[in-house]
Amino acid sequence: MKSVCFYFKIHQPFRLKRYRFFDIGNDHYYYDDFANDEIISRVAESSYIPMAETLLQMINDSNRDFKCSLSISGTAIEQFQLYVPEFIDLLKKLADTGCVEFLSGTYSHSLASLEDPEEFIREVKAHDSLIQRLFGVKPSVFANTELIYDDDIACLIASMGFKTTLTEGAKHILGWKSPDYIYSAATAPQVRLLLTNDKLAEDISRNFNNTAWDEYPLTADKYIDWLASLPQEEQVVNLYLSMDTFGSFLPRETGIFDFMKALPRFGKEKGVAFTTPSDVVAKLKPVGEISVPYPISDIDEARDVSAWKGNELQNEALHKLYAVAERVSLCEDRRLKQDWAYLQSSDHFYYMSTKNMADGASHAAFSPYDSPFAAFTNYMNVLADFLVRVEEQYPDNIENEELNSLLLTIRNQSQEINELNKEINNLRNNILNSDDSINAPKEETLEIAEKADIESPAPEKATRKKPGRKPKAESAAKPGRKKK
Amino acid sequence: MKALMFGWEFPPHILGGLGTASYGLTKGMHNNGNMEISFVIPKPWGDEERGFANIIGACNTPVAWRDVSWDYVNSRIGKVMDPQTYFNLRDHIYADFNYMRLNDLGCIEFSGKYPSNLVEEINNYSIVAGVIARTVPCDVIHSHDWLTYPAGIHAKNVTGKPLVIHVHASEFDRSRGKPNPTVFGIEKDGMTNADHIITVSNLTRNTVIEKYGIDPAKVTTVHNAVIPLSDELLSLKRTETKDKVITFLGRITMQKGPEYFVEAAAKVLQKNKNVRFVMAGGGDMEEAMIRLAAKRGIADRFHFTGFLRGKEVYQMFRDSDVYVMPSVSEPFGISPLEAMEMGVPSIISKQSGCAEILDNVIKTDYWDVDAMADAMHSIITNKALYDTLRDRGIEEIHNITWEKAGKKVIDIYNKVIEARK
Repeated sequence: MKSVCFYFKIHQPFRLKRYRFFDIGNDHYYYDDFANDEIISRVAESSYIPMAETLLQMINDSNRDFKCSLSISGTAIEQFQLYVPEFIDLLKKLADTGCVEFLSGTYSHSLASLEDPEEFIREVKAHDSLIQRLFGVKPSVFANTELIYDDDIACLIASMGFKTTLTEGAKHILGWKSPDYIYSAATAPQVRLLLTNDKLAEDISRNFNNTAWDEYPLTADKYIDWLASLPQEEQVVNLYLSMDTFGSFLPRETGIFDFMKALPRFGKEKGVAFTTPSDVVAKLKPVGEISVPYPISDIDEARDVSAWKGNELQNEALHKLYAVAERVSLCEDRRLKQDWAYLQSSDHFYYMSTKNMADGASHAAFSPYDSPFAAFTNYMNVLADFLVRVEEQYPDNIENEELNSLLLTIRNQSQEINELNKEINNLRNNILNSDDSINAPKEETLEIAEKADIESPAPEKATRKKPGRKPKAESAAKPGRKKK
Repeated sequence: MKALMFGWEFPPHILGGLGTASYGLTKGMHNNGNMEISFVIPKPWGDEERGFANIIGACNTPVAWRDVSWDYVNSRIGKVMDPQTYFNLRDHIYADFNYMRLNDLGCIEFSGKYPSNLVEEINNYSIVAGVIARTVPCDVIHSHDWLTYPAGIHAKNVTGKPLVIHVHASEFDRSRGKPNPTVFGIEKDGMTNADHIITVSNLTRNTVIEKYGIDPAKVTTVHNAVIPLSDELLSLKRTETKDKVITFLGRITMQKGPEYFVEAAAKVLQKNKNVRFVMAGGGDMEEAMIRLAAKRGIADRFHFTGFLRGKEVYQMFRDSDVYVMPSVSEPFGISPLEAMEMGVPSIISKQSGCAEILDNVIKTDYWDVDAMADAMHSIITNKALYDTLRDRGIEEIHNITWEKAGKKVIDIYNKVIEARK
């Protein structure tokens, strides 16, 4: 029995509006709402929604034999919530079937795994908690932004407790090996690697509509035959496809949805099962270790990270952005944190790529900008404004460590104040209980509570873990705390 | 293959881009091998670079018989032309032009510039072309710009060889859409009689097709290239300045869009005080620009240099951090290429021909002052962008060679010669 795992990737960045340098310091809203709305609505209508409905039908028609997995970025989900909320409902329906596995990933489809390990972990946590909140499942298989992976990232993934990750079956890494096995990571043996089979995935994504291809037209039984005729020992085929391939790059008229719908039936005849990565790793054992010293990804011919880190412009922008990672993580400003996430999306750096500039290849096709230089200029203007705002939060001349200790002191003090408050309340309660007098100590308590509020920007965090309070005590301290 | 070219200018005595382009192209074609080029100009000075082309002076070509000795001719024009060529030409006088004003050698005088009696000089040039075409064997005739189209047509009629004309600029570019009817007539006549038309950009190609009504199949774009700058110019030292310098360099005329440069400068200076703007060159809009800069309140940071010559131009590039060419309409525009070769990041308008072949520049619409200001600001504040544009720009320019352009022209020659058979 062969296992085939379909992974459908969904991502949309928050595209930036045209932001001129004279907007720096004056305008703190960076996004092109019109373009974002237009693009996600259009793609959802032509691709995401019909594809999700197709998957739902495939699952129901096959009596839940068909399974697949979804990798959705947090920024895409936020845009769905804003512009196409009905798609979230569809995703929930898919989640309810139990046949769809949601993969872990980065919240903003970011390059944090290459730039800042701590930020990477924060990104993954933010993503997974969003998935859990919406779909009620905790992802257990990790798929990084565009499947970026190397030995260091393997360790990070392991440290977060993931046992499985999906990455690119890059030829220069695999050599003679086949991607259709499970491997383990050289630096973190407990992490199992699933590798994508590019050839079979591209037969769908690129060749399905290609009349010049010698195998054209591709039919479901032919495709299943190919899968079934792979060597006996090759037990798992991972097909990683961008979801907008279906319906957008391959329009509905090509018959792509009918092709998909026919797959489970032919699969059943030929002994090919469509399953999820978690099921696969539960069944199969790794056959060997793979070491990846330099990062790989599923983008461009080179399958490396040069699409985002290939020139000085991109490196400069990334460097400037991640230089404030710790600062931003220390602050509490929600809008700042939101912008921080949106600005990390890898797409912004992809637009700055100067690869193949002369023949205007796929980089230009997705870019809202005329040229990589325009992309860089616009992004750096936005970033300049963002950095000013970070600076306003905490002045530049305080070192991160110093700032951290100051913040800690503030938190500790506010905790102490709360402890004291509690004690006063306890005492007051005692007096109340024994005395039955009502008014006397109340004023004093309030005063202290207010003081605590002024001194501490973050009393909530500090007080959250406080051991069980008496209900009466809480109501007394409430006026002060409510103000935040 | 033998080509007979008609040009108007030739370095080092040049008045505009035409001479440089003719020179570069001829040399590039020569370097492709197997090309024998005779290049006719109105008035050679004797210090032109030879070897890759046989330069013939129209002012040294007899149109009426004069009985002169070899020694006399040698003493008169030996400096600029082989006397034997004179006698060969004298053998091919085809009509009696003694009614014209001729000198002691039976030649018509030419200024070689753009005098007020330009149309007359063009006509004389065409008379001389008849003698040359009868003397110099050729397979193809090539005319550079409208001044030489009548000569090219005449030579074509005499020899029956195919005529290729080279449009370096059209009257529509020069006059901003209000063409002089005489010039338009000469251009239109040349285009109609040509076997093939070469334009320096697709922009110009479209003008030729749309404004002159020429069959698109007959028009091909061959983009200009650059002649590598000498080491002497490349090794010029930068004058140390505290502020960043952003430069406009060119004729200060309506065609070059100087007012957009001033407006963009005003926007940049609102935000960033550590930058100076230089408008180098002269032209009929210079005063208006001085007034505009004063009106915007940026005169303390906006400087005018007047007309720059020779090395001064390259010193200006060397002292600049950004070069801007906001031309409203530019058939090609060679100066951004020179700026890039000097390592100066450039901003050019999308309405210039060179935008079609350059990647490592920032392109904006000439009227989009915001975008232009943004690009200026970005280059002077982001070192990464400055470095990228500088390094890649130099690399890119080194790959734009006249040899490649020359190859394309030779291919066109082969095509028109083939079509004649």
